[in-house]
Order: sequence, then structure tokens, then C-alpha cells
Amino acid sequence: MLSIRNIVKQYANHRALDNVSIEIGQGSIFGLLGPNGAGKTSLIRIINQITAPDQGEILLNGEKLNPSHISKIGYLPEERGLYKKMEIGEQMLYLAQLKGLSKVDATARIRYWFEKMGIQSWWNKKVEDLSKGMQQKVQFIATVVHDPELIILDEPFSGFDPVNAQLITHEILELNQKGATIIFSTHRMESVEQLCDSIALIHKSKKILDGKVKDIKNLYRNNTYRIAYSGILNPAETPLFNITEEKKDDEATHLTIQINPGYSSNDVLNFLIPQVLVTELTEIVPSMNDIFIQNVKN
Amino acid sequence: MNKILLIIKREYFSRVKKKSFLIMTFLVPLLIIGMYALVFALSIKGGDNIPAVEVIDDSGIFNKGLEDKKSATFSKSDLTLTEAKLKVVKNEDAFVLYIPSDISSGGTVEMFSQKKAGLSVISTIESQLNDQMRTKLLADAGIDALTLDKIKPKLSVVSKELTLEGEKDSSSGAAMAVGFAAAILIYMSLFIYGIQVMRGIIEEKTSRIVEVVISSVKPFQLMMGKIIGIGLVGLTQFLLWITLSIGLMTVASQIIFKGKMEQIQSEMPMSKQAAVASSDGPGMDIIKAVQTVNWTYILPVFIIFFLGGYMLYSALFAAVGSAVDSDTETQQFMLPITLPLLFTYIMSFSFIVNNPDSSLSFWLSIIPFTSPIAMMVRLPFGVPNWELALSIALLIGGFIFTTWVASRIYRVGILMYGKKVSFAELGKWFMYKE
Repeated sequence: MLSIRNIVKQYANHRALDNVSIEIGQGSIFGLLGPNGAGKTSLIRIINQITAPDQGEILLNGEKLNPSHISKIGYLPEERGLYKKMEIGEQMLYLAQLKGLSKVDATARIRYWFEKMGIQSWWNKKVEDLSKGMQQKVQFIATVVHDPELIILDEPFSGFDPVNAQLITHEILELNQKGATIIFSTHRMESVEQLCDSIALIHKSKKILDGKVKDIKNLYRNNTYRIAYSGILNPAETPLFNITEEKKDDEATHLTIQINPGYSSNDVLNFLIPQVLVTELTEIVPSMNDIFIQNVKN
Repeated sequence: MNKILLIIKREYFSRVKKKSFLIMTFLVPLLIIGMYALVFALSIKGGDNIPAVEVIDDSGIFNKGLEDKKSATFSKSDLTLTEAKLKVVKNEDAFVLYIPSDISSGGTVEMFSQKKAGLSVISTIESQLNDQMRTKLLADAGIDALTLDKIKPKLSVVSKELTLEGEKDSSSGAAMAVGFAAAILIYMSLFIYGIQVMRGIIEEKTSRIVEVVISSVKPFQLMMGKIIGIGLVGLTQFLLWITLSIGLMTVASQIIFKGKMEQIQSEMPMSKQAAVASSDGPGMDIIKAVQTVNWTYILPVFIIFFLGGYMLYSALFAAVGSAVDSDTETQQFMLPITLPLLFTYIMSFSFIVNNPDSSLSFWLSIIPFTSPIAMMVRLPFGVPNWELALSIALLIGGFIFTTWVASRIYRVGILMYGKKVSFAELGKWFMYKE
């Protein structure tokens, strides 16, 4: 759906994006990851046509990005806010019309969303009279009110309380099911695991990793397993695996092992079963958090 | 372009709907009318305060006595000068006019009172004394005063402006006042509305709405929308001021004029009325003068120079607003904007007024940064059309230039948070490609 091709963005004395290419599939929930200052926001601003790249191009549905695409993209910036002294209904109308909706359409859509979020009574309130969490809700509506095909959320959960975060997550998933493609920019890895099907990791202006979350995790599997058993394992020295951690309690022995190349978990089981009672054998798949830290550190 | 219109509408209506706008719009014309009414009130003066002047005539020339006028009444007094002086010291309402015996040979007429006698009282006395003195001197010289009056030519010069469109009465005094008022109005409004533009941008930046908006529109559209919207607010305010002032002034002057005419009729013999109505009191002069000002010429020129100057300076204010995070940081950048305005303002009222056709005045009224104010001051003295056209053309060029410069700073500035910015930094932003 969105092809980012060889994007370079140069500021006076630093390169914000260095030859970054990313493919984002139709209907996916895509995580754009990276530490602070990696270049995520620069990339998002380019996708939103707020700034232009120095080199490279971006295609949306095969078309080179142009002003007509503005109405197809919904953007929730990390630095966000509303006109404090403006009434909320009026403000939503203004923002929706800026996205290209007619006044009639905009009114209908806003009413729909206000009802969905249970905030119909806020229409004539001023933004300054709302709490921060309430403002975030309004802001989210402003992002999606024009029914965009591509929704870009930059740190969407910062400032949300858990209840609102849950609500917004639910809405995001629903929009995704209706066909919207979603780009998440975040460094909160638990929401990445929970929501994203693909990710790209940007570090020091370069893309250092991308693909499906499943594939990436597979890539970072290193045959580490956790086993638990009761009984006495003898001999512990075996060519099948190395023990990296050992812990004993009253009921069982817990081992973290790394299976040596050429062997599988079945071989380990075959080795264990005659000697002990196996209560657990689980593969330890690295979390996105681990992968993130590992990549950024190197 | 549809989107720019949306922005203009928001900027315009969010300001016009404010209470402060309404208050300003109605308060200012009322103040103007108030001052206008005050001038009338002062020129008419209440009847209860007419000083009663006692005249001690030691010369014996003025034995006819002085005629009562509406500014003062007169009575002969038999007191000596010393007694009269004593009376003045005791009585604060006493006025004593002393005419010394040596008046024919250079003596001075003196007026004693605790309160200072008004200018109109003094001038009434002076003219009466001079008239009687003249009659006496003529008689001494064997000339009949009546004969002289008959053969005295009554010539006066009426100043008329002659242009290709025909001739018309001119009153350079009123035209000058209007020109100066226009210059002051432009000077103040450039600041008032320019700062509104700057504040608006700072507000968008600090509330962080700006990034949401510029994901929908180009930064240039947002900036221009704001500038045009606020400019229209200014224009609306001016037009309302002018309409309200003219409306109120017409009503007020009719009431006052009528009242004054009745008062005059009851006081004056018919033959003198015409002369009095045309020359008596500054109030009448204002009405007459206001009517002689060529409004259809001054108003459009004023609006063109206001809009041009506003566009030029508000673009600079916009650039400043985009570069800072709060009002308090604007100071260092305001200086280069304030200086040319202040300079022109001072030059206008110290130099241009006295030398409207000098080459410095010419250049000040041609250079875009100074012309909005300088031209308004020069206008009443007559400015050739080609100079006006050149000045307007350069002003338009000037605001296109400042808008271009400002928009290049603006597009970078609005996305920069929490950064202390220097002029060098602004230069760097200006050079950024996109």
C-alpha cells in the first residue's frame, strides 16, 4: 500500500534519514520503531507531506505521493494539541473540512464518532475545559474523522490513562478490520507485540531491520528452551545442549538450555524421558523488547 | 484555495465574535464623538459663567462704553484703580479693565482678575477698543468713519484646488489633520494587528495544533490564511469605525448645530448672523473643514496603504512568531521590525510635516518599509499620481518579498520546539530547501 523508496533527508549538519526503504502492506498494522532521535518523526512528516525528502520517493497505492493524498491519510502527531478557546464541535468541523470533507459530511461523521465515544454533550464545550485524557479522545477523532485509508499514529498512547488506551486500541483494531492500514510509531514494545503484524526498526537514520513480527522473532530464535523436571538427571554432560541457567526448588529443577546445532527439541525429550519426569519444555522466543535493545546496542 | 478560505474564515470569525472586538468597535467612535462634542461644548460655553467686566476709563476716549457680547458683559466703574484692585483681590468673580490716560501715547490696557480671563474675552475687548480707537483717530484726522466704511473694499481669498476634474474648495488644515490621523492610525494598527498575527502563530505552536493542521494544508497556506483573516478583521474594524463615526457625527452635529443657531439668533441682530455663523468658534470650522476633505480620495489611499503595510509587516511578525516558543522570547526579533516603524513615525511628524516635498520625504514615502506612514503624512500637501502609483507598486512588491522570506522561516520554525533561536539560525532555516 505504501512504498517508501530510498528516502534521504538531510538537515544542515545531520542526516535524519539515510536511504530508508520500507514496504507497508495493505491492511497491516505496521510498527515503526526506533529510539528517540532515530528519524521516525522525520519519516512520518515526509509521508504526511509536511516536509519533502531530498532524495527518494514514496508511493501510495502505486501513485507518487501528491497533495490529493492528504485526504487519505490521518495523522496523530506526537506533539499534538487543539485550539484551546475554540468549541470542540466547531474545531472538529474545521479540521475535517481542512481534510477535504464537505460541511454536511463532516457534521455527520463527527456526530457518528461523538456518539461512538459517548461524548455528544461536548459539542459546545471549549477545549480548555476538558481534561487531558478527554482532549486525547477528541484528538483521536480528529485523526480518523475523514475515514482515512492510512492512519499514522505517533506515540498514540502517551498521555492516555489505561481505560482510554484500551478504548483507543479497540477503535484502532476495528478501523483496521474495516480495511485501514495503520502505522504505529512507538518505543513501547508491549503495544507492538500486541498489535503489529510487521515492523521496521530505524536507528541512527538507517533502517536496520524490517519484516513480519513473526519472521523477525524466528530470526532471533537461538534454540533456547526452558525445561523443568523432577528427578535426577544423570549425566548432565551431554552433546545435545548446554545449560545456561539452573535453578532448583522443592518440586522441580528448572533449566535454561541452548540446544546445539544438529539437534532438535525432540532429541532433548528422548534424552530426558528415560531419566526424569518432564513437566515443561518451552522455547524461549525473544521479545520485541529484547530484539530492539539488542539491535540498538550493537 | 478552498482550504485557505477555511483558514481565513476561522481566523476572521474567531476574532470578530470576541467581546473585545465589539467593545473596541463601539468604544472608539464614541470616544471620537465625545472629543468632538467637547470641542463644541468648550466653544459655546455656558451662559452662567460670563464675566462681568468693570471698566475704568482714565483716558476718556471710550466714553461710549463697551458693548456686551456673549463672552462678556461690561459696565462703567467710578472706582479708582487702587480701589478696583482691592475689590479684585477680595472678590474672585471680579474683572477690572483699566485703560490708562496715556493710552494714545503708548500706554498699556490692563485686565485684573483672580481667574485668568479667557482668550475670547480678551479678543472681544481688543477688537472693541481698537474699533473705537480707530473711529476716534479717524475723526481727529477729519475723516468720517461711515464714509470710510462705505469705500472700504471687502476682499477675501478663497482657496480652491484646481485639478483636471474641476475646482473645489480646499481646507489644507483639515486635510492635514486627516492625513496625520491616518498616519497615526496606520502606525498603531500595524503593531496591533501584526502582533495579533504573531500571537496567533505562537498559540498554534505552543498548543501543538500546528502539526495537525499542516498535515492538511501547506504551511504557506496556514500563514497566509492567518494574515489575510486578521487583516480583514482590521479592515472590518476600520469600516465600522468610519461608518459609526460619520453616522454619530452627523446626528450629533445636527443637534448641536441647531441648538447653537437658536442661541445665536436670540443674541445677535440679524445683520451680523451670517458673519458669525461662518467664523464663530472652532466647532463650526470643524464641520466645514470635514466637509471639504476629499474623502473619496483619502479613504481608498488610506486603505491601500494600511493593507499594504499590514501585509508587509505582519509577514515579518509571522516569521518571529514561528521562531519562538513564547511571547517573552520575541523581544530580540521585534527590534528590527519596530525600528523602521518608529523611525518613520518620528521622521513623519518632525521632518516630513515641515518639508513634505524634500527628497528625503520623497524617499520615505516611496520605500515600502516606511511608505505606509510617510505617504499619509505627505498626502495632504499634494502628491503627484505617479509617486503614489510607484509607492503602491513598491509596497506590493515589498510585501510579496517579506511574505516569501517569512514563509521560508515559518515552515521550519513552526516545527521547532524548545530551541533558543538566533538570527543566524533564522538564516539557516531560510536556506533550507523544503
